[in-house]
Amino acid sequence: MTFTDNSFQKKSKSLPRTIEQFSFWAFRLATYLILIAASIIFGKIIYEGGKTVFRSEFPFINVPFLTQAPQTLHVFEYKGEKMEMSDSEFRAWVTAQGIDGSTFKTTSYSYSGGGIMPAIIGTLLLIAGSMTIALVLGIFSAVYLSEYSQDTKFIRLIRLSIVNLAGVPSIVFGLFGFSLFVLIAPIITETPKNDALWVIPLFFGNYVLSFQGWGVSLLAGWFTLAFMVLPIIITASEEALRAVPKGFREGALALGATKWLTIRTAVLPYALPGILTSSVLGISRVAGETAPIMFTAAFAIRDQLPWQVQHWQDFFFQGVMALPYHIYVVSAKIPQNEYTSRMQYGTAFVFLVIVFIIALTSIILRNRARAKYRW
Amino acid sequence: MDSTLPKFTSSRPPAAQLGRVMIEVRNLDFFYGEKQALYDINLRMFEKQVTAFIGPSGCGKTTLLRCINRMCDLIEATRVAKGEIVIGGVNIFERTIDVIELRKRVGMVFQKSNPFPKSIYENVIYGLKIQGVTNKARLDEVVERSLRGAALWDEVKDRLHESGMSLSGGQQQRLCIARAIAVEPEILLMDEPCSALDPIATAKVEELIHELKKSFTIVIVTHNMQQAARVSDKTAFFYLGRLVEFNETEQIFINPTDPQTEAYVSGRFG
Repeated sequence: MTFTDNSFQKKSKSLPRTIEQFSFWAFRLATYLILIAASIIFGKIIYEGGKTVFRSEFPFINVPFLTQAPQTLHVFEYKGEKMEMSDSEFRAWVTAQGIDGSTFKTTSYSYSGGGIMPAIIGTLLLIAGSMTIALVLGIFSAVYLSEYSQDTKFIRLIRLSIVNLAGVPSIVFGLFGFSLFVLIAPIITETPKNDALWVIPLFFGNYVLSFQGWGVSLLAGWFTLAFMVLPIIITASEEALRAVPKGFREGALALGATKWLTIRTAVLPYALPGILTSSVLGISRVAGETAPIMFTAAFAIRDQLPWQVQHWQDFFFQGVMALPYHIYVVSAKIPQNEYTSRMQYGTAFVFLVIVFIIALTSIILRNRARAKYRW
Repeated sequence: MDSTLPKFTSSRPPAAQLGRVMIEVRNLDFFYGEKQALYDINLRMFEKQVTAFIGPSGCGKTTLLRCINRMCDLIEATRVAKGEIVIGGVNIFERTIDVIELRKRVGMVFQKSNPFPKSIYENVIYGLKIQGVTNKARLDEVVERSLRGAALWDEVKDRLHESGMSLSGGQQQRLCIARAIAVEPEILLMDEPCSALDPIATAKVEELIHELKKSFTIVIVTHNMQQAARVSDKTAFFYLGRLVEFNETEQIFINPTDPQTEAYVSGRFG
């Protein structure tokens, strides 16, 4: 018998081959689309934001944008020249020129002058506080869940609630934070508010425990954001703890280490890189979310810087500006024009850079920890 | 009590057999949840002798070994239903037992070498460090003594501050032995210490066991019958959670009384 059947030879125009080609390109294009989307987003923000943040002459950076609070922008014509000045500049200029400011005609645009320094500081404070709370609570719970707890129904319920908590929309966290921390969280004070929910005397001077809420404050924002990222931190920390070989625990225990000593010296150090990885994800979320802070911590405008408070306690009970909320305010709360758009892109650019720097720092820290404790 | 122990049929009782009983297992029943893993085990291990536990997989030998320093506690839902293990005159399953102290006196070397990802030096002093010893001179001395004791000193003395993970498999296992003997235990439990090692590294560890038994009472679990024959003074053969035969190693291998033992040591099953 001669071998005449050549069915295995490639036919250039067969249906299976077309399907093959089509599916290959479908998958490939879907993947490339991500790159395109990312380039457009970053490209647009860097291009537009760069115009606000950078300057063509020395010092090449728009210093007032990074060091001033938002101001009203005055736009006017003077001796045939178009002038743009922030409110403070305008006042100085008016005085210097000896013009009567009250009769001088300008068009003014709110929030479009000055800078975003209070928002930068506010965001940094929100990240620092909420990540501290979330990491402490998260690592403690993860250690309990992975090292101490046994597989009981109650523990399964806890795990279920962690998974569910991760799926709660951030605006719900915002409302939760508002109703709990802003309105009823307890403080110790000598002068409770009249509308406090409960007032419990402490038999300690005139102090009472007053459930009057923390108000729109850093503290309320910290806890709201912390609860929002807690599921991420717990889940990732638990995984990091589980990834530590069982042999390390056994080795330490067999040498007469107590359970806690074993965890502290033979488990946690090796789980640290993984935990730091989870905190990178947490930082981006904490920094980026607007919804949880809009009711709990963010002010649309605040001229004073956070440390300009009368008593140190006031530091925790003040609202702050924050970058994501500022973007929201200048994009949605005020009339739009070419001047607000500069502010939006400038803020978005600075915001991205800050998140990038923090994430990079965590990654460097993690790699250091990895290099130190490799197994 | 003696009546419950398997009979010593040795015709040649060596002097060592008359040594002090270090570990005495009495009527031990052990459960993993509902599943019984050990049935009525009775066994005596003597001071400065090597006792080998042999038997097919799942016969309970590792379980019994892990009971001796209460590492069995680490697994959920395990329990001792009956019986006791007596070390130094006390039942180690008593509620009043300080497990931490027990484990300092009963060291353990695991099947898979498990040095910490720290320097060789840090690995050896781990046990002392957690006891709060900080005296540098004392630690240095312990490191040298322990590494010498584990026949590793000459190979690593110039790189004590390199990671323990950088050593070869056999060296890692000896590092783990050094770490275990650094806290000066009286008893050393070895859970298949050579199962992951090549023949040369195995030979070194076996040689080491001969040295170690001058200072420690050793209990070793092994799958390798030649190894049991080479290193141990006494051998216990387990099958399906029961102690089938316990005797002088020589007797077990040359003249076993139980047909099951005979079948196992001659390689006909297991």
